[in-house]
Amino acid sequence: MRRIVYREWRIESSRYWSLLAILAGVIAIGGLAALYMEHEGHWVTGMTNSVVWGAPHVFAVFLIVSASGALNVASIGTVFDKSFYKPLGRLSGLLAAALLVGGLLVLVLDLGRPDRLAVAMTTYNFSSIFAWNIFLYTGFVAIVIAYLWTMADRKGDPYKKPVGTFAFLWRLALTTGTGSIFGFLVGREAYDTAVLAPMFVVMSFAYGLAIYILVLMYSFAQDDRPIGALMLKRLKNLLGLFVAGVLYFTLIYHLTRLYGAQTQSIEHFLLVSGGIYTLVFWLGWMMIGSLLPLGIIYHPRHSKNPRAIALASALVIIGGLAAMYVIIIGSQAYPQEMFPGMSVVEFGAPGDIGGAVAPYWPSLPELLLGIGGVAVALLITTVGIRVLQFLPESLADRAVDPHVAAAESRQQ
Amino acid sequence: MSEHTQQPDSDQQPDLVQQPDRGRRDFLATAAGLATAAVAPGVVLHTAAVAAPRTTPVTDIKRWGMLIDTAKCADGCTACVDACDHENGLDLQETPEGIKPLKWDNQRATWIRKVKLRDNLTGRMTNLPLMCQHCENPPCVDVCPTGASFKRADGIVMVDRHTCIGCRYCMMACPYKARSFIHEQVVQKLTRAPRGKGCVESCNLCVHRLDNGESSTACADACQEVGHAAILFGDLNDPHGALREALRQVNSRQIRQDLELNTGVRYAGI
Ligand code: SF4
Ligand code: SF4
Repeated sequence: MRRIVYREWRIESSRYWSLLAILAGVIAIGGLAALYMEHEGHWVTGMTNSVVWGAPHVFAVFLIVSASGALNVASIGTVFDKSFYKPLGRLSGLLAAALLVGGLLVLVLDLGRPDRLAVAMTTYNFSSIFAWNIFLYTGFVAIVIAYLWTMADRKGDPYKKPVGTFAFLWRLALTTGTGSIFGFLVGREAYDTAVLAPMFVVMSFAYGLAIYILVLMYSFAQDDRPIGALMLKRLKNLLGLFVAGVLYFTLIYHLTRLYGAQTQSIEHFLLVSGGIYTLVFWLGWMMIGSLLPLGIIYHPRHSKNPRAIALASALVIIGGLAAMYVIIIGSQAYPQEMFPGMSVVEFGAPGDIGGAVAPYWPSLPELLLGIGGVAVALLITTVGIRVLQFLPESLADRAVDPHVAAAESRQQ
Repeated sequence: MSEHTQQPDSDQQPDLVQQPDRGRRDFLATAAGLATAAVAPGVVLHTAAVAAPRTTPVTDIKRWGMLIDTAKCADGCTACVDACDHENGLDLQETPEGIKPLKWDNQRATWIRKVKLRDNLTGRMTNLPLMCQHCENPPCVDVCPTGASFKRADGIVMVDRHTCIGCRYCMMACPYKARSFIHEQVVQKLTRAPRGKGCVESCNLCVHRLDNGESSTACADACQEVGHAAILFGDLNDPHGALREALRQVNSRQIRQDLELNTGVRYAGI
């Protein structure tokens, strides 16, 4: 196998700068939205005392989960010694760090008191999974940077495997931790289950890879670098596997809930009678996010078309956001069950939701903040691949597969 | 740091060694006036309540709790809610301009709510006040990343508004929807119930009263005054106290008993 050559992203300056300008513009709008919410208070959002985590959390959790999944590509190369994936490792590390930063930023800016971040960094309650996550997240960024160094610097080579393995384990802990934020909430019908943690791990694989594929294809196409059919095939097959995994866990999640008498009514809510949440579940999470991409990925003809693969990846991302919407917001909108065998006729002042499904509709600033986080992740990635050698020069079949290279040289 | 032994806002360090005779007392009316010296504009003063901040640590000698007899809780009566609103400045909340009334109802802080239930089988109606249940094992405290949610030694669960970062994780964790997030800017507030945009709060069993040596809450008093006496407030640790006496006499249970949170608020007749 030939030595892999990495090169900075060499698209024309004008295109590069206009891309940066667009991203910076989106980020600025997101920042203004955050400022507005901070200044006015959360009453300008759709959030209430019942739905306390809104659209920003949907984006933040999605980005954080994807960050962990984006690193998976590097892990496959280093930890599982698949040389085929090794050229993909650097971008995978960069994307992971970038997505995490984007997600955390959204999370922090949605706090009621973002100005008290220092408090969160200095005062810890160690029984809180949230507090652990602060360590898991900051540690993740540090480890990924170290990992990138081992990949990029000759001196780092001997450490690549141990650091890579450590990063892999850390990432699993991180996603488990994120899933557990929800999994340990005993008072909410939708959350109180251990399945959520592994489900989040598999989701992270799928969403992280989908983002990875899109970024890879876009950046290669812009710079006229080749991606061979073999590489695309492997990546899309992996994506198919992960999407199927998400489907499997979704099934298990709902089956266990349907089995338990206590949780049947929330299941009925999510799957049948929940209005927008039911719609988002079936249309967004199941159809657009799972079945459609699977159909493309395993279609005998379309699956060979790079455009179709890109489309499948985009659909998986939309499905991921839909899944987060159902998990995070649908579960809060559903009234907490406190009085078994009784119906809540009134719950406080008129309009004070508690016995009924809580209304929630994301407000524009919330959405802009979330999108701003995505733009932050993309900006970091763009700058990273431009100034440092993250992208391999070629992912053509003969560059990544020794057998193809050998066959070609025999022909000559 | 799940247990504070002191009021969060006070930085006075009690000295038990030098004041052995004071150690077991629950309150001292010494620092009157001190607390009223520095008051920000817009803060409504209630001298009676701020007259004597406690100077001794909170102990676990007492554990405050309630027994609510739903049979006595009258349909349509909101005496407890009104009293709480007034006592804790909830009636000072201002509706942000341009907000839809229904949305505001879902956003403004509520410490206690009047809940009405119908038995699915018999159709029997039950009324009850619902507030923070002051769990002995409070999920809100477990999940709070900064330790802003805390449980005092006397069982009162509250929020330190100086360390709350407004993440609202405690609201996700509370099984009783007991907590409120302050969504809006706050113009008027009481010194005894400080309120700040972006922080979370909930019923604190009128902690300012207890720390001043009073022995009941605004809601319990109000309910008594209107003649229903559905709320009995008292010390769960006192085996001969009225609360334990009453608990012995009636069948009571916790809401969401299955969670085994050992709540300080108990209900009869549900
Ligand atoms: S009722 Fe809710 S807010 Fe009160 S102590 Fe229990 S978990 Fe915390
Ligand atoms: S909102 Fe405040 S009190 Fe609640 S968990 Fe977050 S920091 Fe703690």
